[in-house]
Amino acid sequence: MGVILPPESKAYGMAGRSTVEGYNPDVHDKFFEAVSAELDEKGFLVSSVDDVITWARTGSLMWMTFGLACCAVEMMQASMPRYDMERFGMAPRASPRQSDLMIVAGTLTNKMAPALRKVYDQMPDPRYVLSMGSCANGGGYYHYSYSVVRGCDRVVPVDVYVPGCPPSAEALLYGLLQLQKKIRRTGGIRR
Amino acid sequence: MSIEKLQAVADRAQADFKEAILDVKFAFGELTLTVERERIVEIMAKLRQEPYRFHQLIDVCGADYPARARRFDVVYHLLSLTQNIRLRVKVQTDETVPVPSIRTVYPNADWYEREAFDMYGILFSNHPDLRRLLTDYGFEGYPLRKDFPMTGHVEVRYDEEQKRVVYEPVKLVQEFRRFDFLSPWEGAEYVLPGDEKAVQAPAPAAPKT
Repeated sequence: MGVILPPESKAYGMAGRSTVEGYNPDVHDKFFEAVSAELDEKGFLVSSVDDVITWARTGSLMWMTFGLACCAVEMMQASMPRYDMERFGMAPRASPRQSDLMIVAGTLTNKMAPALRKVYDQMPDPRYVLSMGSCANGGGYYHYSYSVVRGCDRVVPVDVYVPGCPPSAEALLYGLLQLQKKIRRTGGIRR
Repeated sequence: MSIEKLQAVADRAQADFKEAILDVKFAFGELTLTVERERIVEIMAKLRQEPYRFHQLIDVCGADYPARARRFDVVYHLLSLTQNIRLRVKVQTDETVPVPSIRTVYPNADWYEREAFDMYGILFSNHPDLRRLLTDYGFEGYPLRKDFPMTGHVEVRYDEEQKRVVYEPVKLVQEFRRFDFLSPWEGAEYVLPGDEKAVQAPAPAAPKT
């Protein structure tokens, strides 16, 4: 019990492959086929600089950890092997000067607010902020508290809000994919 | 089992400290001693040694009872690992009368007393460094006092013109909400809307003719 055995019909090492009905791994996506063919025939691709730059940006969102509370645990979880943010090119950086994205994960208190802003100011442009969890979005559970900022957008401009208390790791991942979409839509070399 | 041990602790403490013990109370299997404020250091020092052996100070906290003449309690929680019992010691004070610091007896009381000072404004004499511990730099007021408003007095935001985080008086965008956690099926102690007539006696039946 509990042991997954390779099916008899499959060759050694093939058991883990997709067994979805009608799916043939040898037939590729049409878009990639076209790109590959173009590259084969001409030896180069034509694209706008903006597209290339935004593509590069979405593929290397180095995020700065701003873990303030329990949300930070989910943020760590999102970068761990199960959800694995590295497959989207996102890696945690310990320094704001090396990062493109700040994930505000947790309750932002009055005492922490100047520090958060200082760290944000140290990040190089283009920079993005993702507000994670109810507390960072609008104070959440501590909305009426004497010591909590009612939303981290009072201190830094926020690009994406991820709701939840705390949001699951996949919700955070979805938020990050939305951010990538936003960068692709609005990005460019203009400041 | 631990009740007998606690009873022995209470009896011995009353014999040792006599009139310094103002009150002895057993509740929920726990012992609480209320003692005189001036003698707290001496009492704690004795409680730490043989034969009491309360080697650990678990916590020092405050409590606010605004209706009382001396509104604050300082509550010390002690643990004896060798005897497997706990003890609670209370002293009473107010905003101006300091409590002697027990830092010389239990060094970890240092930050606990700072926290009590921060949250309630309870003063401790002979404390080497009685500063605020948890609240914001330049914070005013004592947040865990009953007369402190929950939302406090200031809130922060980033000011684009001054390029820094500024403090402003609190302006709530959203009204306070009342959450009612009493289930109407389990005897809420108020009349539910639409239920006003349910508590009245039923109207007498019309006499038959």
